[in-house]
Amino acid sequence: MAVLNEEQEMLRDMARDWATNESPVTEFRKVRANGEPHAYNKDAYATMAEMGWAGVIIPEDHGGSDFGFLSAGLVVEELGKTLTASPLIATTIAASAIVLGGSDEQKAKWLPKLASGETVATLAVDESAHHDPSAIEASVSGGKLTGKKAFVHEAHGADLFVVAAKDGLYLVEKGDGVSLTTRKLTDQRSHADVNFDGAAADKLEGGGDSLLDDVLDRARVLTAAEMLGMAQQVFDTTLDYLKQRVQFNQVLATFQALQHRMADLFADLAQMRSAVEAGLQAVDGGFGVARAATIAKAEANRVLHTISNQGIQLHGGIGMTDEYDVGFYLKRARVLESAWGSSSYLKDRYAKLASY
Amino acid sequence: MATQLEPDIHADEDAFRTEVQQFLAANFPDELKNKGNALAGVDGPTDETPAQKAWREAVGERGWGTPTWPKQYGGGGLTKAQAKIIDQEFAKAGAYNPIGGMGVMMFGPTLLEYGSEEQKMEHIPPICRGEIRWCQGYSEPNAGSDLANLQTFAEDKGDHYIVNGQKTWTSGGQWADKCFAIVRTDKSDKHRGISFMLIDMDAPGVEVRPITMISGTSPFCETFFDNVKVPKENLVGEEGQGWTIGKRLLQHERTNISGGGRLASMMGQSLGDIAKKYGETDAAGELADKVLRDKIADFEIRWNSFLLTARRAVEESKAQGGVSEISSVLKKLGTKLSQERSELLIEIRGLQGLGWEGEEFTDGELEAVRGWLFGKATTIYGGSTEIQNNIIAKRVLGMLDHQ
Repeated sequence: MAVLNEEQEMLRDMARDWATNESPVTEFRKVRANGEPHAYNKDAYATMAEMGWAGVIIPEDHGGSDFGFLSAGLVVEELGKTLTASPLIATTIAASAIVLGGSDEQKAKWLPKLASGETVATLAVDESAHHDPSAIEASVSGGKLTGKKAFVHEAHGADLFVVAAKDGLYLVEKGDGVSLTTRKLTDQRSHADVNFDGAAADKLEGGGDSLLDDVLDRARVLTAAEMLGMAQQVFDTTLDYLKQRVQFNQVLATFQALQHRMADLFADLAQMRSAVEAGLQAVDGGFGVARAATIAKAEANRVLHTISNQGIQLHGGIGMTDEYDVGFYLKRARVLESAWGSSSYLKDRYAKLASY
Repeated sequence: MATQLEPDIHADEDAFRTEVQQFLAANFPDELKNKGNALAGVDGPTDETPAQKAWREAVGERGWGTPTWPKQYGGGGLTKAQAKIIDQEFAKAGAYNPIGGMGVMMFGPTLLEYGSEEQKMEHIPPICRGEIRWCQGYSEPNAGSDLANLQTFAEDKGDHYIVNGQKTWTSGGQWADKCFAIVRTDKSDKHRGISFMLIDMDAPGVEVRPITMISGTSPFCETFFDNVKVPKENLVGEEGQGWTIGKRLLQHERTNISGGGRLASMMGQSLGDIAKKYGETDAAGELADKVLRDKIADFEIRWNSFLLTARRAVEESKAQGGVSEISSVLKKLGTKLSQERSELLIEIRGLQGLGWEGEEFTDGELEAVRGWLFGKATTIYGGSTEIQNNIIAKRVLGMLDHQ
């Protein structure tokens, strides 16, 4: 755990208490059972916004607290531990695009509403099942955006889309010219293909040529923070289970084969936490962001992949049941591993950044 | 030689930095610039050039090679912040710390904690001046990972012990002046029968035989004790306290093997850059061998997260005022990744990267081969990876708590 200041510790403790007491995995089960396409509890999201969590990276004069990405990551990590379904990350990523690239007018119009939870937003970049920001076909002509975005996170609840077109990022409100096709994925969260058919689009003119990359790096570190919470939770739950389960008249934790596997996972998790926290801190520091964010998401992918598989294996048969939570983490893990860069994408990006 | 100044621990950092810079300008010879410390390693004899000797004496006189050790024993008596300034300024000037070896890394800190006043006065100052080389008498042929199974016996003869037995993997034994050893003083108790004592390597009955390793070098020795007389004042701590003291010393060893800074600077050059020299690149300037490129990136990402973890362990330990629990993973991660890097380097260079000797190979290529081979030892010594896993499972994860 990074060394935190007092306000960060308070924020983390508040998020931990709320997630543990008000939003345990049973709440996600309710969301799943309700079957609503937006796939989150709107009252819960309103509460989260009231606690200030939607405005952590938004400047104070636009209604946020401007605590930064490490702070946002602390909240997201705690919510990841209990698989809290919400558009918090999607909205935070979208807000970062407006913070980086928006005009004063755009900021004044949208940021206060995003911070208050009144407006939900999401980032729409990819046009196929794979993350590839270099293959964007969506285009804008006369202020109207046309194109198809695939597997957009939190699309059903979104009032505002930050859409990548060939020549930059645009704000598109839901409504005329925006239609959704639900894509139900294994994690049972909100995903949709979004068709923009001449939808009114308002360009983010600021932020320079690297705006899309900069926003994607923020998406990577925040997603990695959610994954960190998930990995930590699976590890902790699995360790507890090994200490309780008895076979051959022996607690499983006393078997050396399992001890060494847990020691390996513990080391992996340590690397993942270091990488993710460093990625969040790099965004706050504004230095070496691309490289740090790539390392953060790549390590999150690698380690959560391993831990989510081992979580099932080490639980044995009970881990295969829907009644047990560990399988939910596996399913969410793969969706997030794919988001904003698979391991192969990120390794390629790392090599490109290092000029080889 | 400049006048010896009493370092003022309250002096502000800028003033101290200037003092270090002036010291370097006055004492560090150009010919040693960017050279390593031959004496700190275990793989070379103690022959010093006049320049090396003068530099060692200059640093040793101030105690700056052991900057945070107490002044009364020859250390620098400096704060950690001042020690860091010395590190930084030495690095900037391309100067090595001429005071090193096992005395500094392992034995000194342990003796400062457990030794008597007389022992500290006798043994610490020569370490601070770099005059005495220490070796470690721990492992035996039948006591490797199960170290407490050691059988070398020290028989009580009143005012001295008579030591008989064999140690092995004695790093630098053939060049060492003295040996800190754990030996058995009581055969009835595995752990509490062990004592920590100091043995002169030139005492009658001590015989050292270098072991040739797969890397072709002989950094380790077998050490035989045949009726070696060890005076009682060379016992550190109480009789039977050796296991506790010996384990404490191993913590210092592991910290050094996992190596934060030194390892990082060693791994400085990007494998991608090396691969571009040895292999083809495509029109985009990327490595044409995409499988190799993927392997290198995969390694470098994990290597980076290891370095970040080493940094985090330091920050957490500082903030908590105790050792962070993630320190326990540094040895196993650092050694494994270093081995992986050596293997990748061979893959990058092909057979040109497997040279044993000859002018057709660069020094760098030849050193990499020896390093690759010798590096296999790092996951075995200092507590093997398997022992590290046992320690993590037991002490950090509490997996034996409910037995």
